[in-house]
Amino acid sequence: MIPAAFEYVRADSVDAALSALTEYGDEAKLLAGGHSLLPLMKLRLAAPSVLVDVGRLDDLRYINDAGDYISIGALTRHRDLETSSLLASAAPLLAHAAGHVGDPQVRHRGTIGGSLAHADPASDLPAVALAMGATIVATGPNGTREIAASEFYTGFLESALAPDELLTEIRIPKLDTQGWSFQKFNRRAQDWAIVGVATVRANGSTGVGLVNMGSTPLLASAVMDAVKSGANAADAAALANEGTEAQSDINASSEYREHLARVLVRRSLEESGLS
Amino acid sequence: MKITVTVNGVERSGDVEPRTLLVHFLRDELDLTGTNIGCDTSSCGACTIHVEGQSVKSCTMLAAQADGLELTTIEGLANGDILHPMQRCFQENHGLQCGYCTPGMVMAAVSLLDENPNPSETDVRIGLEGNLCRCTGYHNIVKSVLACAAESNGASK
Ligand code: FES
Ligand code: FES
Repeated sequence: MIPAAFEYVRADSVDAALSALTEYGDEAKLLAGGHSLLPLMKLRLAAPSVLVDVGRLDDLRYINDAGDYISIGALTRHRDLETSSLLASAAPLLAHAAGHVGDPQVRHRGTIGGSLAHADPASDLPAVALAMGATIVATGPNGTREIAASEFYTGFLESALAPDELLTEIRIPKLDTQGWSFQKFNRRAQDWAIVGVATVRANGSTGVGLVNMGSTPLLASAVMDAVKSGANAADAAALANEGTEAQSDINASSEYREHLARVLVRRSLEESGLS
Repeated sequence: MKITVTVNGVERSGDVEPRTLLVHFLRDELDLTGTNIGCDTSSCGACTIHVEGQSVKSCTMLAAQADGLELTTIEGLANGDILHPMQRCFQENHGLQCGYCTPGMVMAAVSLLDENPNPSETDVRIGLEGNLCRCTGYHNIVKSVLACAAESNGASK
């Protein structure tokens, strides 16, 4: 399978990427590792007429301690996240989940920025970003702005990024983590999650992100509220499908996904130390 | 567009369409047909090569993205007639049946041992999750990789 023809522009700086986006507007798509976009283009489910390749922006490949938060450059690869000792101590949920994205070959190429910006509800990292209360930094022609992960996902494969903006950094608050868990249910090792759950308990509150339970990555808000008001894991998990719109597909019916969400949220809460 | 890559230590150039996949460039333009195409959907790993020393599925990368980079394909592992230790371990442990998945398995396995020189059996099984063998000869594939790891650990001690 070969993608439809397109024009290829390699950006050698953030500014060059931004001016290409301004020049080509809606026609352009950003290419980072390409492990979400290229499969769609090969199936001709996406056919952008211009690809702006930001994959060489090595300036955006870093994991730094910025005091209150960990700053992660958008071009940081899953493999970098998986093996980062800083993340292992400051954001173990993220390091662990990154190690479960696709397979080693995919993790060598795929990037956190690409994964978050692609806004696929079946991806693992958006749910982690939601659970951890991450902030997404977008850079556009007028400078940068910060977007809370909880405001970032607006529709199926749609985010709050404007067409002329580039996701440049992800900020993960440094939490005093009491417990965390990542549950990914799939039938074959490297598959997308049929349902996934990312949980982190820290600083007196609990964040729970859901994978593949609707048209966008979701927060399990009902579960989070219940835990806040003192519910135990089983009672809180019973609310896991509230506010979700799970789809039926070849892997699972929506009812089965709802069942999985309840089971996995319970396991996830328990593994994070909630009784 | 014109691209130049270093494949197996040799600089090679070509004229490609932006949409040319790296695996097609290797096979059709450079005649390096050791890299197979199995699924063409990033599932099977038959097309695994090394890009800057790391395993990558060459069906899910544009040739344009590889411009200026260092690539290794299965053809680049052996030293003349002397097989790479991983290739030899596959041979000695009967790590292949039809052989279709083998170039990708070997490339993934070499990258795996680079990252984890002393893997457990589980590490090998999980580390090769991106590679499918339709002859389902996984047992001997895992055995081959473990044999290669044991051999190089022995040698380095
Ligand atoms: S051909 Fe590339 S992964 Fe199957
Ligand atoms: S040996 Fe036949 S596909 Fe693996």
